[in-house]
Formats: sequence, C-alpha cells, structure tokens
Amino acid sequence: MKRLSLFTTCLIILVGSWLVLRFVIGGVISVPIPGSVIAMYMGLIIIAILVHVSVEDSLFREFLRPVRETLVDDRRRVRRRVVAVLIPLFLLGYTYSIIAQRASPPGSPRDAHPSPPLELTYKDEVIGSMQDVVNPFRHYEKDDPEAFKAHVENGRRVYYQNCFYCHGDHLDGQGHFAPYLQPIPANFQDPGIIPNFQESFFFWRIAKGGPGLPAAGTPWDSAMPIWEDYLTKDEIWDVILFLSDYTGYQPRTFGEAH
Amino acid sequence: MSKKRLYLILGCVLVAYVLLAIAPVFAQDLTEAEYRPFPKIGSRNAAWIAAQLHLLFGSFILGVPMFAVIIEFIGWKTKDMRYDRMAQEFIKLCMGAFSTTALLGGVLVFILIWCYPKVMSKLSGIFGPTMIFYVILFFGETFTLYLYSYGWDKMQGRHKGWHLFLGVLLNVFGTAIMFVSNSWLSYQTSPATQYGILSEGRRKSWIEEKLAADPSLTPETAMEGVTSHTMVPLHNETTGEFMGTLWDAVNNFTWMPVNIHRLVGNIAFGGSIVAAYAAFRFLVAKTKEDKAHYDWMGYTGNFIALCGLIPLPFLGYWLGREIYMFNNTMGINMMGSLFSWLFILQAVMIGVLFIGANYYLWAGMGRISGAEIYARYRPYMITIIVICVAIWMTPRTLSKISSASELSAMGGANHPHLGLFGLMTAKNTAVNIIILTTFLSFLFYRRSGKTPTASWGKVGNIAISSIFFLATVSIVVIGIVGFTVPTDLRVNVLTPYQVLVALAVMAVVTVVDIFMYRKATTSGTIQWGEMTDRSQYVLILIAITFTSLMGLMGYARSGLREAWHIFGVMQDTSADAFTPLLSEAVNMVAVIMVAFFALVGFIFWLGLWGEKKKQASTDAAEAAITAEGDD
Repeated sequence: MKRLSLFTTCLIILVGSWLVLRFVIGGVISVPIPGSVIAMYMGLIIIAILVHVSVEDSLFREFLRPVRETLVDDRRRVRRRVVAVLIPLFLLGYTYSIIAQRASPPGSPRDAHPSPPLELTYKDEVIGSMQDVVNPFRHYEKDDPEAFKAHVENGRRVYYQNCFYCHGDHLDGQGHFAPYLQPIPANFQDPGIIPNFQESFFFWRIAKGGPGLPAAGTPWDSAMPIWEDYLTKDEIWDVILFLSDYTGYQPRTFGEAH
Repeated sequence: MSKKRLYLILGCVLVAYVLLAIAPVFAQDLTEAEYRPFPKIGSRNAAWIAAQLHLLFGSFILGVPMFAVIIEFIGWKTKDMRYDRMAQEFIKLCMGAFSTTALLGGVLVFILIWCYPKVMSKLSGIFGPTMIFYVILFFGETFTLYLYSYGWDKMQGRHKGWHLFLGVLLNVFGTAIMFVSNSWLSYQTSPATQYGILSEGRRKSWIEEKLAADPSLTPETAMEGVTSHTMVPLHNETTGEFMGTLWDAVNNFTWMPVNIHRLVGNIAFGGSIVAAYAAFRFLVAKTKEDKAHYDWMGYTGNFIALCGLIPLPFLGYWLGREIYMFNNTMGINMMGSLFSWLFILQAVMIGVLFIGANYYLWAGMGRISGAEIYARYRPYMITIIVICVAIWMTPRTLSKISSASELSAMGGANHPHLGLFGLMTAKNTAVNIIILTTFLSFLFYRRSGKTPTASWGKVGNIAISSIFFLATVSIVVIGIVGFTVPTDLRVNVLTPYQVLVALAVMAVVTVVDIFMYRKATTSGTIQWGEMTDRSQYVLILIAITFTSLMGLMGYARSGLREAWHIFGVMQDTSADAFTPLLSEAVNMVAVIMVAFFALVGFIFWLGLWGEKKKQASTDAAEAAITAEGDD
C-alpha cells in the first residue's frame, strides 16, 4: 500500500481533529462547542503541525513537496486546476458565512463576573468593606452545630420559597423559569461559582439583584430581583449558608497575608 | 548633500515643528492645577508610552548584567575567552541602552510632574526620602556600569576578580533601584490597609487615635484585642492623609511580589532581546565564523530567557494571590471581570513563548549529530504542549465569543466540560506540565550526541522516566482534587505543591543526569552556525512576544486601580478616569512595542556602525602596512 505523504497525513490530522471537536467532544461526549473555541483549538493544531514539519529541513521539504508539485509540475495539472477552483470557492464560502444575515441574535457581551463595590450595604446601611465582612452565622458551624443547622434550615426555606423557580430544585440553575431567561440563572453546582467568591460577594449579588450590578461590563440583562426589598439581612446570610451546605462547596476565604 | 545629512535635517525640522505645535499648550497654565492636559495625545497616553518604554529599556539594562556577570565568571573559571567576549558584547548592548533608559526616565518624570502635579506631590510627600536614595543608587549604578564596561579589557588577568566584583555591585545597584521605584507604583495599587500594626510609628498614632476617641482608655487597654492580624487603616478616611511610616508605605501588599516577578522577568526579557539581536546578526552574517558566533550567542540568550520564563508563571500567581489578599474586588476585576479576557491573551502569548522556546531547542538538535534518536518523541511532546496551551487559553465564560444559539446549546455561558478548563486549578496543572515538557526538551538537547558510560545508565533512564511519569500523574491528581476543595486550601496548599513537584523533578533529574553523563562519550560535536533561518525568526518572535506581554501586563497592573491614582485613597478625577478598552490597550501596546524595537534597532545599529568604521580603519591600516612592505 502506498504510504501517505506528510502533507496528506497532516491534512487528515487537521480534518480529523475538527471532526472530533465538532461531533465527538461537541456532540457524543458533551454539548456543542462554540465555533470560536473550535477555531481557537484548530489554530493551535495548525501551529503544532507547522512546528513539527518545519523543525527539520528535510521534513519541511517533504511536507512542501506536494504543494510544490501542484504548483509547478505539469503532471499535476488536474490537481492544480482543482485547487485553483477550490481556494476561491472556500474564500467565497467563508466570506459569505461572515457577512450573511442571520436570524439568530448575537451573544451577550457581558463580563464573566460583575465587579463588586468596595463597600457592602443592605438597603442604605453600610455593613462593612467587601473584603472584611464575613457571614455572622458561619462561626456556628464549629461553635454551635445545632444553631448552624437551624440557620441552614431557614436558608433552605428561604431558597425554596424564593429562589428555586430560577435556580432549580437542585441548585443547578435549571429552574422552571430558567429556559426563558438570558443569561440563565447561576448554577451553584458548578465548581467555579461558590468556591471562587467570598460570602460577602454572594450577599451583595442577592441583596442588589440585577439592577444593582455595576455600570462596567454591561449589559448584564440579569432578571435577578433586588432581594433586600423582600428578605431580611439574616435571611440572606442564611440562604448563603444553605447554598454552600447543599452543594458541599465552601465560599472563598482568605488566609493570613504577609 | 549626503542622504544621511538630508535625513538628519528633515528629522530636525520635524522635531522643531512638533515642538512649535505643542508649545502653546504648555504656556497655558502655570497656576497650581490638579491636572494639565498633554497636547494631542492626552496625559494618560503620554505617561503610558513614556512609562512603558522606560520600563522596557530598564528591564533590559537590569536583566542583561545579571547573566553577563555569570557568563563572565564561567569564562574566568573555565579560562574560555569565548564566554568573556560574549559577556562583554552583552554589556556593550547594555551601554547603548543605558542612556536611553535614563532619557526616557527623565521624560516620564517631566510628563508626570507637568500632567499630574497633585499626584506627584502626594507621592513625593510620602516617598521623598526614597527618591533621594534612588538618585544616589542611580549615580552608583551609572559609575559602576562605566567602570565595569570601560575597564573590561584593562582588568583582565589578576584584576579579573575585582572586575567581577564590579559586575556584582552593578547588579546590586540595579536591583535596589528597581525595588525602590517598585515601592511607589505598588503603593498606588495596594496602599489602603495593612494587616497588623507593622511599625512602631503607626502603633503610637493608633493608640493616640483610640485614646482621643475614648478618654476612658489607657495606652494599655487601648491595645486590648489588637492582634498581629488586626486590620489597621493607614490613611485618614476623610482626608486620605497617610498616617503610617515610610516603611509601611514601601512594604505594601504587592511590593515584594512585584519585585521578584520583575527581577526574574528582567532576566527572561534581557535574554530574549539578546537572543533576538544574535538572531538578526546571524541572519545578516556573511562568514561561517560570524554565523557560528551568533548562533551560540542566540542559543545562550534563549537558554537564559527560558531559565527566567520557567518560574515566571509561579511568581505571577503569587502576585495575583497577593492582589486578592489585598482587595477581593480588585482580584475579581483581574481574573473574573474587567481584565479576565486580558488573561486569555496572556495565555496565548505565554503559549507562543513556550512553543517557540521548544521549537528552538528541537531545531537546535539538528546541528548535533546523534540527536536524531530523540526526534521520535517530538510529536508527542508537541501534542502535550499544545493540549496544555489549549487548556490554559480556554476561557471560563464564553458569552462574549458565542452566539445566542451556541449559548443556548451549551445551556449557559459556561461549557459544562470545557468550562472546567477555565478554572485556575486546570490552568495551573497545564502550566506545570508545559514546564516539565520544556525541561524534557532541554534534557534531550543536553544529551544529544552523547552516550553515557556509567554502568547504571539504563537504571538511571528508567528512574528518570519514572520520576517524570509519577510527577505528571501527581500534578494531574492534585489538579483534579483542586476542583473539590475550598479555594483557600487550593491556593495556599495544592498549587504550591504542584509547583514544588515540578521544581523537585527539575532539580533531581538534573543531578542524576549530570552524574550519568559525566564521562559520556561524544558521538558528534555541536555544529554552531548550522541552524535554519526559521529558528532565528522564532527567536525574534519570542522577543516581540515578551515585549508585548510586558506591555499588556503593565496595562493590567496599572488598570486594576480603575478610577484611582492611589487605590481607595486618591481618586482620579481627570478626563482619563476610565479604564481603556482591551482593544485600545492592545493597540497602544503594539505602538509601544514597535517604538521600542525601532529604538533598540537604532541603538544596536549605531553600535554596529561604529564597529564597521573601526574595522574599516583597521583594515585600511593593515593594507597600508602590507603595501609598504611590498614596496
């Protein structure tokens, strides 16, 4: 059997990688991967291929041989003509894919996470600096487990009375209203949510809701209500305890500096 | 009229025109102002350009002497004059850049004093004594550099030890200068609060404040409940007046992490610029000797850059941690909000650096006969590096780069599986594996063309392979565990463990390898000069990437303050009190990068020009002597 040329092998790797990303990882194994991320990965794969073939002169010559033959060898006249047609067609298709009008709306330009203010407030009352404020009931976890349990239970009540419609029965962001919201509600089961932020951050997000989000990084388009209008301070702290208790993730804390 | 003269006159006319155009603006306001606008480009852009260019040149002239003195020492100990010549060549490059650094520093100070008088007044009020110290250090550095450079040929032989001492002294002055100036800018970022009552002066004023607030207290009772972790404000909340000591201001949260990050970064940057210079000389070299020399110089520069690059991600991580510790909001802004996309760009650029460094090592193996046996591992190593870079540059939140239908298909802004790559535990795992793979590339390079004669060679190779395998497994397992533990534990325990594993592997394997190859037989020597031109362009690409990366991270460090001159203490009320868009910052960094390379190119060209003139006159003199002899 005739051995494949290096160029063809690289082309197969490239197309194979795209198929794996598009249909295997982004289909069989998981949900679809956005086109921009696939493009980013494909760019890296092209770089990897070019790195491999261009490190050695002999390998590079072998890699370029079919290209050179296609361009200058008269025996490859048919291939040359096919390529001469395919390249403009590809560019045409690519240009069309970029400029064509689509029915689907654009994505959201919002930031990953809103930037919290320096001071934490509840209505007009200043609670303290965002950096220093801690959950006043958190210490019960060690000092008084029974009291802690009572606060968690109160948090559970608050959650299922107010939050689960959007954030879901299992705190996974899959509530009844979730499919109709953009952006969708936070998924507290995601390991990147609770462990990355202090409890003061969650207090701020719950208390101020969507309208309290900062001017920077907009549009947020968050449907979260201003919960300080409906919940007491303690209820907010309790629901935060419940979020971490249910998911098993601890909110971020800071050790000793210096 | 010669072309050069014509260009000179045109240049002078252009400068004069620019000066005339902007002069009226400077004449407008000589009263006490909070801000004065810089003509045409605005105050912030003017300060930005001057500061970044000054920093790039400063980084070069601080980084190069560090390894020049080490190379000189190696030359002295091995009695190999090639090393000595190369170190001298490095310092010559430094000399060319030194005056430009000082000039840009002067320009920066003028811009700051003119455009931001109130900020400068505040900073000089706090840091005045350090500014005097800075001047003393600057004189020390200047004269030591002159002595070190001009005394190079004179201090050969028995004075070499003293010459090396001058080199070390030069580095001490340079490092101290950087530490002093870092205290000013790190104070601007992290000034407001300190953990603990750090100084006696602040302790006294703290007691006085408490006594004034509550007359029933005594100095002893006022201190009750105050532990070493008590947060003490160092600024008056109303006036913003600084109440701590000079040391409190200097020893702020980010000072030491910035110091160490920059110290190591300077080595990497200096190495990369030297390598790019050597690459350029290699590409234009006419003789085999020149090609061989500049190939060797490029290799050395890249090796130094690589040595600096390897610990940089860890040091950057430490700096990030300290920023979070200082102010969580600032930390979230940095990694999860306003600046989060900048860190994706950073990952792309560091990916380029690591891929480029590995490419150069692999290409370098082409000039060693006997290195072919390692070529078969290359595709696997490329695959590992590329997968790790892909993980590193995968964003956590994809909302900005996805259409609404893609977001809907993913079920939100985070991809349920690839989104995990967006978390730091995955990224730290990836970077540690990239570092280990790069180290493996270097190990193969070192071994190329050599056969170990140690009887335990086979066992040694098995041991080294096992170490690599176990270390990789450990790093991956720690990374996976990182998803499940509290962040505090991950940041303070697990991530340092990963780093320690990578560092331990490099240390242990290096020692084992040295013993294994101590009396190795050599099957082929390195054919210096036998490198592809492509590899030289990679060296230039690495230098460009380093420069751009420094510019971009400078924007992040400075931009993190948002609308504050001194975070939380002194607000920016100027017209520029907004954070520039990332696209705007990238454009600015690109302009600065081009300006830097234009200036560096000009300085190096001047050096070459002088060298050519000198060579031409020597050749003419030799020709004259030969002609006389013929007569």
